[in-house]
This record gives sequence, structure tokens and C-alpha cells, in this order.
Amino acid sequence: MAIFGGRRRNDNPNLPPGQHLTESFPVLSAGPTPSISADDWEFSIRTEGGDIHRWSWQELLALPAEDVTVDIHCVTSWSKLGTGWRGVSLDTLFADVDTGLDYVMAHSYGGYTTNLPLEEVLEGRAWIAYEYDGEPLDPEHGGPARLLVPHLYFWKSAKWVRGLVMQDDDYPGFWEENGYHLHGDPWREERYA
Amino acid sequence: MRRPPVGWFTGSLVRATSLTDSARSLTFSVPGWPGNLAGQHVDLRLTASDGYQATRSYSIASVGPDTDVELAVERLPDGEVSPFLVDDLEVGDSVELRGPLGGWFVWRPEHPEPVQLIAGGSGVVPLLAMTRAHTDARSTVPMQLLYSLRTPEDALYRDELQQRSSTTPTTWHYTRTVPPGWTRAAGRLTPDDLRSATLPPERGPLTFVCGPTGFVETVARGLIDLGHQPDSIRTERFGGI
Ligand SMILES: Cc1cc2nc3c(=O)[nH]c(=O)nc-3n(C[C@H](O)[C@H](O)[C@H](O)COP(=O)(O)OP(=O)(O)OC[C@H]3O[C@@H](n4cnc5c(N)ncnc54)[C@H](O)[C@@H]3O)c2cc1C
Repeated sequence: MAIFGGRRRNDNPNLPPGQHLTESFPVLSAGPTPSISADDWEFSIRTEGGDIHRWSWQELLALPAEDVTVDIHCVTSWSKLGTGWRGVSLDTLFADVDTGLDYVMAHSYGGYTTNLPLEEVLEGRAWIAYEYDGEPLDPEHGGPARLLVPHLYFWKSAKWVRGLVMQDDDYPGFWEENGYHLHGDPWREERYA
Repeated sequence: MRRPPVGWFTGSLVRATSLTDSARSLTFSVPGWPGNLAGQHVDLRLTASDGYQATRSYSIASVGPDTDVELAVERLPDGEVSPFLVDDLEVGDSVELRGPLGGWFVWRPEHPEPVQLIAGGSGVVPLLAMTRAHTDARSTVPMQLLYSLRTPEDALYRDELQQRSSTTPTTWHYTRTVPPGWTRAAGRLTPDDLRSATLPPERGPLTFVCGPTGFVETVARGLIDLGHQPDSIRTERFGGI
């Protein structure tokens, strides 16, 4: 019988169950990488009343930005610890948004969607990130800007994000309709539905 | 559509065949396996004697309701899991498999569109499964494969793909070394190669691209430049750069 030794043992307490560390930055996407120029870029939040809050690229950059260092965990089992991002907190973007609904659907350029509970993207838990490791975010990794929700599996951190639409229930997004978990907490291994 | 929750299964290795110097086909007998569609993958988990576990994703080469599940693994020199699977695992040994996973990068015989498959290296595995499903279903939908390889020796499943050339033809492309008498010099896939060896946008194909991340990025961008709709291109990135 062949005995598996395993060479990437790691008792780092920041590594969720079933995950291994990677130094590179793998890419998971369902289709081609869309190319969106900053000039055409726009981000919006739409509420049940039909109100639309919009930001152009320049307006986004003019908002107070935060530098955050977080661990990210992909459902395909790699994790990267201590990654550095710069972006705008969703608390800032939601400051003037009036909604009674509890869920959001994130929409991306290219058609990707992912669902999230509103309370999980507020209180310093989510950002619209436009820099990674001190550099503008690569298109492959979601540039010009992506959602960053590091406490959930990384498919929730929608690349090429273009808006959030409030929804009255936790309707599934793209991967969630294709077999992935509605919520996606890496510490509870909520990988697949 | 609601599926039953995806669970872990025990798979015992019943057959292992060397495909190339660096790749091996592994067939596991998996009691309780619900069957799978062409293009789906599994998570494979190994456990060391001290309880340490390592999990990686592998595409499924086999299709249909059978409880024998075939994978094809390419050895990455510094890898933790792939060298063990290619060099060490013995018939009779067990691994854990979770799946079938993925509901997007799949081909179903009901899809009416012509199908273009584009593989880089071991990215051929889920695409091979699609050609197998096409054969099993006696599908009449056009399906063809463009297979990019470093050298002729790197081809996985060459005989099988060639046997199927009348129904799902393969165009071979070599990036480092070409076979004797080959007219095209070795080199990266160019936009011209893509144009001449794939179904054009006017035919409205569904295109599946699979391989190392860099290969998928380049090919997907090239297809869009040729005029394909982004939502007609489905991709699977195996990793690497
Ligand atoms: C959905 C999916 C399906 C896959 N299907 C297959 C398959 O059918 N056959 C197969 O052989 N592999 C497949 N892979 C890749 C596989 O999951 C592992 O990444 C691969 O076997 C390497 O694991 P390892 O433990 O040997 O290397 P690791 O110890 O994880 O990594 C070794 C080094 O190689 C790099 N690396 C990881 N993947 C690649 C790559 N593909 N090319 C170049 N460098 C890489 C890593 O960043 C790391 O630096 C698939 C991946 C995904 C996400």
C-alpha cells in the first residue's frame, strides 16, 4: 500500500478545514475575463423602491479608502493569508441607502451574479477593492474593481463588480445555482449545496 | 434544480494506466457514486498516517451512471498530491472523492449548439469526457477538439481521440516540438491558428476551454477578438500561470 506523506503540513490556526496554502494567486472564473475600462466603469446600488445610487470610477476613487490585510479562501481548497487590498468599505457606499430588505445580489460585468445577506457585507466586512498588493487590480483577478468579502469563500467576492441589487430573499446567484452553497462560510466548510 | 447534498465517497483504485511519462489514468471503483455529466470534477482527498489531509480537484474523464470513476493526473514536479497519484498510488489503495462537482462546465447531449472544445495540456480531460458523452449518446451535433500540447509525447488519450476522428475530429497543435513531417512550426497558438482550427462565431458554437490558467486566458481573449459572444465560452482553469 502506498503511504501518503504530505509535504505542505501547516498547523496555522488561520487555515480553515480542508484548505491548503498557496503562494500564487489561482483564478476561478466561469468564462472569459471581461475587459472594462475605468472610463466606462460604473457601480450602483439599487433598492426596492427603484432608487439607484451610482458612482463613476472617479467618484469611487474620491471616497475614503481603506487598506485591509485579510486571508482569502477559495472553494477549490487554496487559501492565501495576509493579502493586502485597498478599496472602499460597503459601509461608506451604503451610508445613504435606504432599504428594508435583508439580502443583496451582486452583479458583475460579464453577467456573473452572487447572493449575500446584507448584514454580512456591512460593519467592516466587505469592500469594493481596486488595488491588490499595492498595484491596480489585474483584470484576471477582477479589475478594475471587485467585491471583497474575505470571511466567505472567494467566489462570493464577485470580480468585475458593477452593482448590488437589494432582494427580499436569499435567491441564488450563478455558482449557487450550479451546486455551490448559498452562504459559503469556509470555517463551516459550506462548499456545496 | 435541487440536488442531493454532495458527500464524500471512498474510491479504491482498480486500474492504473500510464498515459505519458508524466501522466497516469486512474480508475476508482466508487460504491454509491451517483454518476456524472461530462465536464464535472471531483475533490480528491488524501490522508497521511498522522491525520494530515490534502485535497485537490480533478476532472472526471469518464461519463454516465457507472460507479467506476476515471481520472487522469499529470505530475507537477514540486506538487504535493499529483506526484503521489502518478507515481505511488497502487491498485487496491483507497482515496476519498467528493462529487460530482460543477454544473456549468458541462456538456449535455441535449445542447443543440455545435461544440468547439479547446484543450491545453491536461486540460483535455473534461473535454475527452465530452467526446465520450457525444459518442455514447450517438449525438449528431458537430463537436470538434483543438488540442494544444508541448510535444507529441505529451498527448493524453491520443489513440482514443484518433479513433473518434470521424465523429469528433481533433486538430493537434504543438508549442515546443512537432512530429516529423509536420508542416506548422512549433509555437504558441496564434489568433490565426484559432481562426483556422475552431468553429467560427457565425455557426453559433458553444466553446469549452480548459487548461492552465494562462492558456485559458489567452484563448478566451482570442475567441472574443474573433467575434464570439462571451457567454458562449465556458472555461475551466486548472491553475498555474
Ligand atoms: C476544476 C479543476 C480541475 C482539475 N482537473 C485536473 C485534471 O483532470 N488533471 C490534472 O492533472 N490536474 C487537474 N487540476 C489541477 C489539480 O487540482 C492540482 O492543482 C494539480 O494536480 C497540482 O496539485 P499538487 O498537489 O501536485 O501541486 P501543489 O502542491 O498544489 O502545487 C505545486 C505548484 O504548482 C503550481 N500549480 C498548481 N496547479 C498547476 C497547474 N495546473 N499548472 C502549473 N502549475 C500549477 C502551484 O501554484 C504550486 O506552486 C484541476 C484543477 C481544477 C481547479
